[in-house]
Amino acid sequence: MNHYETVFILNPVLSEDQIKETVKKFEDYLLSKGAEMIWKEDWGLKKFAYPIQKKKSGFYHLFEFKAPGEVVGPFELEFRRDDSILRYLTVRFDKHAAAWAAVRRDRIKAKQKN
Amino acid sequence: MSSIEQQSKVGSKQDVRYLTPLDIETKEVKKYCRFKKKGIKYIDYKDADFLFYLVNEQGKILPRRLTGTSLKYQRKVAQAIKRARHLALMPFVGDMLK
Repeated sequence: MNHYETVFILNPVLSEDQIKETVKKFEDYLLSKGAEMIWKEDWGLKKFAYPIQKKKSGFYHLFEFKAPGEVVGPFELEFRRDDSILRYLTVRFDKHAAAWAAVRRDRIKAKQKN
Repeated sequence: MSSIEQQSKVGSKQDVRYLTPLDIETKEVKKYCRFKKKGIKYIDYKDADFLFYLVNEQGKILPRRLTGTSLKYQRKVAQAIKRARHLALMPFVGDMLK
């Protein structure tokens, strides 16, 4: 089991329900392949630094999960098959990255409490 | 005649002044690696605001000789900036970013 983080960008023209549905779809896919979800994050609508497919903004979502390495390839293939995904990036964590991610999570949790 | 002598005297005084090295304070500020100094082990590609310190106003990655970053962390900086560019958090090319 490796520790991964995926950020993906959804098409800004989707409705809120469609976004929830798509995010749920990818989450279910990971869980069905035996992954363990650690953290989910919704960055909301963000402006791009440069246009992607003639769009100027998109919905950013982040997954942090533990999964066996062979899951990642098919998981990214799902992204490529889905038209509503503009970009995706999956990164494997080393121990420093995992430590920083934990700090970051705690900060966000503390913010949400206040 | 006298005026020439006077001039030569003045000239010799000036010569003496310039033969001794000018005393100008030239203390170089030593560069240091900000990641080593602060103990930062991982450079987050999601934190675009911080990464903007490490690029010039065109969005190019600044060289080590300007930032003082050690080689180990410069590689990580480059990796993080390239990831941030892929996710459109930072521009590939920009103008007047700062």
